[in-house]
Amino acid sequence: MLNDITLGQYYPGNSFLHKLDPRTKILATFFFMAAVFIAESALSYGILLAFVFIVAFMAKLPWKMLLKSIKPLWVIIILTLGIHIFTGQGEPLWQWKMFTVTREGIVLGVKMSLRLILLLLISSLLTFTTSPIVLTDGIESLLTPFKKIGVPAHELAMMMTIALRFIPTLLEETDRIMKAQSARGADFSSGNLIQRAKNMLPILIPLFISSFRRADELAMAMEARCYRGGKGRTRMHQLVYGSRDGVAACGMAVLILVLCILKWGGTLWAI
Amino acid sequence: MSIDVKNISYTYMAKTPFECQALDQVSVTINKGEFVAIIGHTGSGKSTLAEHLNGLLHPTTGAVYVDGIDVNGKGADAKKARHQVGMVFQYPEHQLFAETVYEDIAFGPRNSGKDPDTVDAAVRSAMEFVNLDFATFAQRSPFALSGGQMRRVAIAGVVAMEPDYLIMDEPSAGLDPRSRNMIFAQLMTIFKKRKMAVILITHSMEEAALYADRLLVMSGGKLCIDGKTSDVFINDEKTLEKLAVDVPESFKLAEELQQQGLPLKGAILTEAQLVKAIAKAKGWSGC
Ligand SMILES: Nc1ncnc2c1ncn2[C@@H]1O[C@H](COP(=O)(O)OP(=O)(O)OP(=O)(O)O)[C@@H](O)[C@H]1O
Ligand SMILES: [Mg+2]
Repeated sequence: MLNDITLGQYYPGNSFLHKLDPRTKILATFFFMAAVFIAESALSYGILLAFVFIVAFMAKLPWKMLLKSIKPLWVIIILTLGIHIFTGQGEPLWQWKMFTVTREGIVLGVKMSLRLILLLLISSLLTFTTSPIVLTDGIESLLTPFKKIGVPAHELAMMMTIALRFIPTLLEETDRIMKAQSARGADFSSGNLIQRAKNMLPILIPLFISSFRRADELAMAMEARCYRGGKGRTRMHQLVYGSRDGVAACGMAVLILVLCILKWGGTLWAI
Repeated sequence: MSIDVKNISYTYMAKTPFECQALDQVSVTINKGEFVAIIGHTGSGKSTLAEHLNGLLHPTTGAVYVDGIDVNGKGADAKKARHQVGMVFQYPEHQLFAETVYEDIAFGPRNSGKDPDTVDAAVRSAMEFVNLDFATFAQRSPFALSGGQMRRVAIAGVVAMEPDYLIMDEPSAGLDPRSRNMIFAQLMTIFKKRKMAVILITHSMEEAALYADRLLVMSGGKLCIDGKTSDVFINDEKTLEKLAVDVPESFKLAEELQQQGLPLKGAILTEAQLVKAIAKAKGWSGC
């Protein structure tokens, strides 16, 4: 019943992008986001789009999945486009009652929605190619320098890891309990709102009880293996930068450089 | 009156990288009055097949009919057909939810729309079935019981619905031998009295040999063997070995004794049959 829900969008694979160090991917995503805000001319947007498509091609993802990642926000994208088109300042191209369409408005609207799409695509590329557990490892490692100013990097990452680890388990459990109760004739889809909420009790109570039991067991198992927080812990899978990460960093650097030249290059030469 | 499974296939997580075909073109008919055991190594699709029999899973292709009615239908008669098939899941104790044992067992019969007196009678007889004393346990919280007691409450919750077809997915895993024997003894009693069908999924070949008349052997999502229990164990031993399924201990012991030169006769699958055959071969009387 619940097996159509895919949580976390990780798409297992073996591509260049999948093998990159998570830290590289997280930082590159941030730099790309910054780059999106540097871009101004049509050419620079073209370069950014081309970059995303090249990366997506390298990740060997089905194109459909990539398009699906835009879906949850398409209403906002269309709205952005609409609002900018109709409220732009400048010389009117077309007018009907209180609606005025201007050239500047169209340009700004397209730019803004392109920005949204680019941000969505690049962050989906990160989550498509990095499993949630590896992602939290990367975040922990990147946050470690901030421990000095009191950021509990290890604890945050551990909480995220545990939560992510148990989401599928909880879903499975819910599915199982739902099946067991519907085999006993429980009905979850009829009646008014209060009736329906009441009908959920036979699922929620066993679910809570098993979650508490799980939490207890996990805490006990962690203590039994002498878990005492992050201090002095070593890890089995060390994150190490490889030559791939160098290549990726160079790619990002070239992209940012080109965008900077396109934006400020003119004034540089003018001096 | 029967459950008819017509050519069903099922794929978990279809159209994702994680898809897994759990059933492959399975067809079988189970009649009322039959005691069927489903065996097969772990992951062979036994539980998946069982969940199709009362419409909990919808087959990717094919259909399941209970007494001639498609269980995946939408109407009231489809719902009624689903209620005819009771299902005890693997580890059923995780489905307990009510404040008292009584309320939990009464959940199923109430959902079938029975009146309070009938529900009360059903709860009492179901508690007797699993050998839980009514006075001691009815008003206790199901969460303050031992694992085996919880298991028995959960089984009672399904038995109380008085299904025509009762599916039990490894009901004895983790139970002590005494409660196990008691549950099976009670099961045989109501099985004979009500002329229902029992479908038992088990990893214990002894249980299968002792109670089932008919054996379904699954492997890799396919139904590989379907036949009388004694025929399957005696004639298909080689195939069973290939499917990673064991034969009952008594059967192995009898074969060993025959190789050592003891002339044992007849089909030997259970301890009782073995004892009888040895006594006969040795010429002992009084057994
Ligand atoms: N919810 C699920 N999602 C994905 N795959 C599943 C799911 N449930 C079962 N499977 C897969 O389907 C196959 C059949 O599983 P099933 O539970 O029917 O096996 P089984 O014969 O009951 O095994 P066991 O004896 O261990 O109970 C297995 O390969 C299993 O990995
Ligand atoms: Mg199973």
